[in-house]
This record gives sequence, C-alpha cells and structure tokens, in this order.
Amino acid sequence: MSNFYPFDCAEISKKQKSLKRELLKDGTKRIEKKIAILGGSTTNGIADQLELFLLWQGIQPEFYQSEYNQYWQDAMFGEELRAFKPDFIFIHTSNRNITEYPDMSMKSGEVEELLKTQTEHFTAMWDKLREDIGCPIIQNNMEMPFWRLLGNKDCADIHGRVNFVTRINQSFYEYAQTHDNFFIHDINYLSASLGLEKWADPLYWNMYKYALAVPLIPEFAFSLSKIFASLLGRNKKVLALDLDNTLWGGVVGDDGVDGIAVGQEVPMGQAYCEFQSYLKAQKQLGILLTVCSKNDEENAIAGLNHPDGVLKPDDFTLIKANWEPKSLNIEQTAKELNLLPESIVFVDDNPAEREIVKGALGCEAPPMESVEHYIQTLDKGGYFEVTNFSEDDLKRGEMYRQNAERAKIQSAFADYGEYLDSLEMRAEIADFSPINLARITQLTNKSNQFNLTTKRFTPAEMEQVYQSSDYIRLCGRLTDKFGDNGIVSVVIGKKAEGGKVLDIELWLMSCRVLKRDMELAMLDTLAAEAAKQGARILRGHYYPTAKNNMVKNLYGDFGFEKLSEDSGGNALWELDIRGYQNKNKHIKVN
Amino acid sequence: MEEIFERLNGVFRDVFDDDSISVNEETTAEDIEDWDSLNHITLIDAVESEFGMRFTMGEVSGMKNVGEMAQIIKERAK
Repeated sequence: MSNFYPFDCAEISKKQKSLKRELLKDGTKRIEKKIAILGGSTTNGIADQLELFLLWQGIQPEFYQSEYNQYWQDAMFGEELRAFKPDFIFIHTSNRNITEYPDMSMKSGEVEELLKTQTEHFTAMWDKLREDIGCPIIQNNMEMPFWRLLGNKDCADIHGRVNFVTRINQSFYEYAQTHDNFFIHDINYLSASLGLEKWADPLYWNMYKYALAVPLIPEFAFSLSKIFASLLGRNKKVLALDLDNTLWGGVVGDDGVDGIAVGQEVPMGQAYCEFQSYLKAQKQLGILLTVCSKNDEENAIAGLNHPDGVLKPDDFTLIKANWEPKSLNIEQTAKELNLLPESIVFVDDNPAEREIVKGALGCEAPPMESVEHYIQTLDKGGYFEVTNFSEDDLKRGEMYRQNAERAKIQSAFADYGEYLDSLEMRAEIADFSPINLARITQLTNKSNQFNLTTKRFTPAEMEQVYQSSDYIRLCGRLTDKFGDNGIVSVVIGKKAEGGKVLDIELWLMSCRVLKRDMELAMLDTLAAEAAKQGARILRGHYYPTAKNNMVKNLYGDFGFEKLSEDSGGNALWELDIRGYQNKNKHIKVN
Repeated sequence: MEEIFERLNGVFRDVFDDDSISVNEETTAEDIEDWDSLNHITLIDAVESEFGMRFTMGEVSGMKNVGEMAQIIKERAK
C-alpha cells in the first residue's frame, strides 16, 4: 500500500472503512501494540484514522480511549487504564485544556504562578504515568490560540494568550529534554503548516468537541503515526537518488557539467542547491545516500563534482550510474547494503521510473514534481522521523563506506579465513550498560533479517530487562582495521527451570557484519557466561517472519538439536553446553 | 436535484462501506444501521468535500433528513 503518501484527506476519511478492510486482508504480519489515548477532547475519529495509518505502516493497534475529557483523572487514578497495560500512552490535549489564562489585571508574579499551576497539571500527570505504567508517553504540545485579544502584542506581552501558550509549550519541551521515553507530538507546527484558521474552526469544537477541524484529522493521524512508526523501527534507512533533474537541472550527459543547473546564480540552480543541502543534512542523521541514475558513470561523477554542488561523490555510500533498469539497481543497492528494498526511498523526477520501482519492489517513491517542492514532499513524508538518536546514527554512513572497502580487499584472498584474519577483528562482548541501552533498544526494533525471534522492546521494557537478575544479556561491538562497527549484536537469555536452562528470547545481529563470524564469538561468550551462572542447556527459538529466513538454520549450524517444529515453522532448539568448545577462530574477544 | 442525489448516494456508500445504500428525500439516520453520531461527523465531512461547500452549525444541527441536506446543497454548492 504505497498510495498512502501523499494522501487526500477527503478520500481517506470518506473511505476509511473500506481502506481498513483492504489493509487487514493484505496478509501482512503486523506488530501488535496496545495504545491508550487519553483525551482532553473527542478522540474517536482520531483513533479510527490513527489505526489506518498504523496498519499501513505494519502496526496493529489495540486502543483504549478514556471517557470524554477524562485524560487527567484517568492518568492519575484510572484502574481500567492500568489494567489495559498499554505499550504506549498518547495524551491528546490542546489549548482547549488550559483552564485559566492570565487576565490584564495580573501582576507578573501572578502570571508566573498561573503558568506554574497550568504546567504542573501536566508534569504531575506525566510523572504519575511514568511511575505507575512506565511505557513511552506521546504528548501533544499546544496549538496557538485562534484569536488574539492584544493583536500582535499578544505574543510578547505576559498577559497575551499567545505568549502564555508559547511558555507552556516551552515547559513541555524542557520535560522532553530531561526525561527519556517522552515524546512531543508537535501540533503547534502541524497546525501552522496546515493553517491555524482551518485547524481551529470552532464549529468542530462547538458541535462535536473536537479540538481540531474534522477534515484535518487524517493529517493529524499521519503525523502522529510517524512517532509510533519510528519507535517501532519502521523508519526508512536509505535515500536512493536520481541525478538529472533530481539533484541538478538538465541532463549532464547532453548538457555537459557546465550546462547543468546547480549553484547560486540562477533560481533553478539555487533550488537544486537547497535540495542538495537538505539531503546532506539527512546524511548527518545517519540516512544513507545512494545514486540510482541512468548515466555513464563518468558523467555522473563529473556532475557530482560540479564546483557549486553541495553533495560530492564521497557523500554517497554507493553510486549506481549505468543503463540497467532502475528496479534492478535498487534491488542491487539493497543487497549490497544488506537491507530490504522496502527500507529505501526512491527519489526520481520521472514518474515512469517511480512506478516501475514501486511496482517491482514496493519502495516508497513520492512524487517529485517540481524542484522547488522536493524538500517539502520528502520532509512531510516523515520517512526518517527521529525519536531516539544514538551516537551510532552519526557514524552510520562512514561504517557502510568501510564495508565497501572491506569488500574490495576480499577478492584479493583465496581463502575466506585468511581474509577474515586480515581484517584484524576485535570484539567487545559484555553485559548491557546504561550508556548503550538506547542503541540496543533501537537494534531490537530495527533488525529484521538476522533476528531469530523478532521480539521488539520499548525503552521501558529494555530498562526492565536491564534491571532484572533473571537475564543474561550480551551486546557485542566489532572493530577491525577499517574502523568501528559499533554495537552490532544483542542476545538476551532468560534463566528458566531453576537456572538450569537459559532460554534465548532474543538473538539479533546487524546485517552490516554478516559473514564475519561475530555470531560465533557471541555464542562462545554466551555459553561461557551461562555455564558460569549454572546453566547446562541453551534453548533457542526460531520464529519465521517474512524477513528472517537467513537464520532459519542458525541454531542447527551452531550444533543445537531441533526438538520440535510446528506447521508454521516455529522451531525449538537446544544445546547441551557441558564441555562446550569455542567456535570463533578469527575474532579477538575483549 | 437528481444529480445531487446520485452523488450523495456515492458518498453514503463510501462512508458506510455498503453498496446497497440508496438514499431519498425521506432517508434519516433511522434508516441506515451504522448511522450513529460518529459516522454522522464523517458523513458531513465527506458531503462537504464532495460538493465543495460547508454547512453552518445551524444547518448541521437542524437537518431532519437527506432531503433537507440536498436542499441546502442545491442552494449553495459550487
């Protein structure tokens, strides 16, 4: 279903029933999550639309909705909410939920006092939810008021509502900056972007107690769904970019490097420059940039070396400039990066190419219709919504580049073992630590292929695992002569049957270190640690998904014995670790 | 008026996801099983989009049946 972005609000609301029906019968296996919506206004239509956008992004929600405007009571005391055991709480409040604003007679101290009261109403609620439930909280900030008593001065005067709302928002952001698992849904930006006049049309409040205009609910739900998608590892990872009329104006093969439009002299060139700058900034977030262009490679590189261009050949993890079909090139790109094609966003000005790639590989390929709107089209797509940002994200592009270098030297060795030795690999394998919990959680939500159980963890769940003595936890970092790959493998085993068995609930590895024997190093350490803590048996599970076929026989390859396998392919494996012999020969550990 | 009813039929069928629906002047919420207060909001929204017009609050509150809805549309729709 790649027809969900860009979308037509009117179509989505009108056809929500049939859209939902179609999504549910498409056979996709979805991540099931419980979402509690605590509303300060009507939430039914919001839940309906949110469900559509989540289903589309591979998430099957089960909702709890508080009674009308009972968000605070529910958060503070609601037993039904607690019994529901939500995975996420979304607090749908708006400036309609500010119970008192400053009036003109107030002294500055009184305004401060009022601000404190209005803010603490929220912070007390968040604190309580964190303490009682501990799941991630998503909180709307506040949209601007739809009228201004003081006109323009309303924003600067301490008595102005615009000023007051701005300061409440600021206090929300401070909470977000100092508390993990707390995310702002920015309706202040969204309402401004869509137009506050439309957004705040009072008819919908007066008639139905909706805090925003009903026709805009799909936009709202889409924006909100992006936070869930990001937290659940549904973000895209790569921008595969066409060159001619996508990164610059004109055709470099025909017009020559001097003839293409990029640079500050002409409006067209300026627009392409801005787009390149935007892409370069994406790269900093850890999004990989690749080229997918029908061009002679020589011309492509020459175009990218244009002196006024912002992006240079070095900015791209890989460059596919040839005359093969683009669907083949994208497929190849995915393969070389060890990623699934669906994690690639294909950016091309040519609608025919977009259709082919969408049809063949199911990639997102938003309509790039005119260069001045490229940034908005991509940005609004929310493909790379940032929720948790880890150090590794900053380095990702570099790591993939190192992989390309490794691939180059591999061909120089006749024997694969010799090649592995030449990499001079060193691994650090140890228990989790607070500093890497964010990255570990991120991995559990992003890894699809080398993942035996595909068990997803929220930051709160990971914190629990980390605090508990029932688990043996390992995370592995792999370094070699080309650089540091960061944390690439995570294993979580739960002690069972009085500690004699270690039940492996999670085993995953980043595909960027496939075929390096890192999994053997992990197994050695796991066996040693399990034995040290009194276990005799390692028990492994394989739960098949559409994506993890590559590890179907991993435990078999390790020497585990298959105890059972059901008709769905779910298999149970065990290994007796008494007398275990280390298997890793090429990586120096710790 | 006939054309308005034809287009309304399309909207009703989409909103209630039921191709057997056929509305006339006298149709009210009583006649369509899923026509509750929630779907009513979606319906009004969809009708407004279809005809490129907006109902006022007074109109939304006062409409007694589909005939009255069609009458307002006839007067105001573009």
